[in-house]
Amino acid sequence: MLIINILGILLIAGIVWWFWLYKPADVSENSSDLLVTVKNGVYQPARLKIPAGEAASIKFLREEASPCAGTVVFSDLDISEELPLNKQKTINLPALTPGTYSFTCQMQMYRGELIVSDKP
Amino acid sequence: MDHEQRVELIIEGAGCASCVGKIEGALKGVSGVVGAEMNFAERTVSVDGSVPIDDLIKAVESVGYNAKGTEGVSEDDLMDEKEATDLAYYKRLMREVTIALTLGIPLMAYSLIVGEMTVTTTTERIVWLIIGLLTAGVMYFSGKHFYVGAWKSFLNHSANMDTLIALGTGTAWIYSMVVVFFPTVVPDMARHVYFEATAMIIGLIDLGLALELKARGRTSQAIKRLIGLQAKTARVIRDDKEIDIPIEKVLLNDHVRVRPGEKIPVDGIVVEGHTAIDESMLTGEPMPVEKKESDEVVAGTLNKTGSVVFKATRVGKDTALAQIINMVKRAQNSKPPISRLADIISAYFVPVVMIIAVVSALVWLNFGPEPAVAFAIVSATTVLIIACPCALGLATPMSVMVGVGKAAEAGVLIRNGEALQTASKITAMILDKTGTITLGAPKVTNIHLVNAKDEDGVLHLAASLEAGSEHPLAMSIVESAQDRGLSPSGVEKFKAIAGHGVEGVVEGKELLFGNEKLMRDRRINVNGAIDAAQQMAAEAQTPMYFAVGGQLAAIIAVSDPIKEDSIEAIRRLQKNGIRVVMLTGDNRATAKAVANKVGITEFFAEVLPEEKSNKVAELQMQGEIVGMTGDGINDAPALALANVGFAIGTGTDVAIESADITLMRGSLHGLADAIAVSKATLRNIKQNLFGAFIYNVAGVPFAAGVLYPFFGLLLSPVIAGAAMAFSSVTVVTNANRLRLFKAQEH
Repeated sequence: MLIINILGILLIAGIVWWFWLYKPADVSENSSDLLVTVKNGVYQPARLKIPAGEAASIKFLREEASPCAGTVVFSDLDISEELPLNKQKTINLPALTPGTYSFTCQMQMYRGELIVSDKP
Repeated sequence: MDHEQRVELIIEGAGCASCVGKIEGALKGVSGVVGAEMNFAERTVSVDGSVPIDDLIKAVESVGYNAKGTEGVSEDDLMDEKEATDLAYYKRLMREVTIALTLGIPLMAYSLIVGEMTVTTTTERIVWLIIGLLTAGVMYFSGKHFYVGAWKSFLNHSANMDTLIALGTGTAWIYSMVVVFFPTVVPDMARHVYFEATAMIIGLIDLGLALELKARGRTSQAIKRLIGLQAKTARVIRDDKEIDIPIEKVLLNDHVRVRPGEKIPVDGIVVEGHTAIDESMLTGEPMPVEKKESDEVVAGTLNKTGSVVFKATRVGKDTALAQIINMVKRAQNSKPPISRLADIISAYFVPVVMIIAVVSALVWLNFGPEPAVAFAIVSATTVLIIACPCALGLATPMSVMVGVGKAAEAGVLIRNGEALQTASKITAMILDKTGTITLGAPKVTNIHLVNAKDEDGVLHLAASLEAGSEHPLAMSIVESAQDRGLSPSGVEKFKAIAGHGVEGVVEGKELLFGNEKLMRDRRINVNGAIDAAQQMAAEAQTPMYFAVGGQLAAIIAVSDPIKEDSIEAIRRLQKNGIRVVMLTGDNRATAKAVANKVGITEFFAEVLPEEKSNKVAELQMQGEIVGMTGDGINDAPALALANVGFAIGTGTDVAIESADITLMRGSLHGLADAIAVSKATLRNIKQNLFGAFIYNVAGVPFAAGVLYPFFGLLLSPVIAGAAMAFSSVTVVTNANRLRLFKAQEH
């Protein structure tokens, strides 16, 4: 029983670490040609990095018919766009100040982050 | 671009047939272009080759014309495409439901009728093994999307509804398979299989998704209706011939003919004919509007009586209708601040539920009665399955979608969720007088001569001075002069003195036209005329002093009629407990007369345009949540400062950019409607959020088994699956109730 309890506690610690504490490496870094695929309940890549102070555009390709995948919302930027199935949709972003901007589906189940940082 | 690809460009500025050769030549000269063929009647050119479209546009521009691509898909096509996507997805879900329930229902019936699904004999092991494999088939055919989604999210360090369902059903299936293969690993009493739970949960949740999809379809009815207003084709006149072309190909300045019963395809100005146009679909204004030469017509409205030709002034994405559709769509997807808490919770919700499931299993294993393993598995599975992040996530967006759409149907354009929420809390409403309470089309009603000899002479000079001014009162003077057949002379040294009046020189005479303050500032003696002016003001007329050569010549009074339904609409606002305040640049007496007529007790008169925002701030200092209503142009700073700025559009002129909420028709009922629909939507959001919170807050502990020690109650995972599936359907259905909201409740 002790082993089961320890395993249970380790499992809880694992959940906390994996979903909250661990930050995956930045996946996509490019200001001109970012493509995010919406498929199987996730944005791929889910973390994008763009330089501050420059307008940028992100292309979204929705490959999933679920209505949840049908809208992408950048709530901080007041942008919300419908994504047609199997067609690229370009979302133009204004020049942004450094920070992290999240983009999600309407229900916040699909989540992605746009990291805007000063140029090195 | 592939070699095979054909691109179509719309050409602007091609007025003669000889342009064809020039444009085709320029395009053929671009390296990579195989062929270019122009359709002069439609002003389009088809280009074959492998060249980026920008290069083609540059080539056309190099020979002096403008070109643009036709790649933009119309809203109509997008909507059709979305419906087709949704329908295909619905059918797929229903197939999955059928497969899952075909196995799940008989198993469920067996468990209810025969009893425990235990594994004791070898025969039972074989039978359950077969059923276990069939369940695996259901998991693959009907539930694959949950497992793939859960896995992909897991790799992404995120968790969603798929994670919960995959974990819940996966746990039940794996445990059952362990019982089948290694019965001795678990205690005797716990040798129970849960294949029926796995199959039923997958079936029910797919069914929930399908029903939710159907209900979601109804939430976008308002936008569908707006998109449906767009005509598909337009009859343009090119080279004296009338041709029907798709509306995407209508160019600026094209002459377009519209016959009775047809929709106006793009925005424009009438150049020939007269008619009555039904604008109700856009503005909510029920009466058809007369249109003659120089009047504006708007895409999406319906031509009723006559045949007219109009010049296209806004096409494609620039038409008022396209902008309205765009704005409504954006607002429908924006979130009011009330959703912030739900958003934060849903970001952490799934991992928290996973932790609760583990804790619940551990508690059962440590302290539960025998068979503790079975109880632990059931409670963990049920916790995972009953928790519904979707209901939380859907609560706000679905209501906003319906509420904003419903408002648009009543001619009220709400900019975003924040405006929607704040509008529901307004405690004080400031109304600009001219153009808001009144028609904003004043007429000269009285000319009181002081030192002048004849009315026509006075009116001629006054109209000459005011001809250059854009003030509504100035226009009334000019129109009155025109009505009397007086044509204006030229004005020199014209100067507008904001909030006071104008000055200038006409026919060598120095003229000054404005309020009493202006006269006193310029030391013009008005003493003998004050009584007459006061009398006019008391009758809700606006007296203006007119001085010629430094001497008061006359008082010209104009009166701006109160809109027919202003009184009723203001009463509606007051009945809802809103403090209504009137604001005007007019003198105190006129303001008082108008305020009295419409039943407003509180007003600010003689307010300069730049002071309007101070009045907004003043009310805010008193703790009021202030709505400001104005025409959206002169009142921009006050509209911006108010908690909610309402711009009154005059039907076609949509001041979309300057206000939080735009009323498409002149009536103040739009204001009361906007507040009513905001309140109804917020109420609906609160119901949804409350329902979703209570469901999860009560459902999760119940599933974990907190009631077991007291009442011996433990929830079945199948019931949890059904509850979860229908909780999000309930949210969407409740949002759809908003569609029954009646805007005009007098």
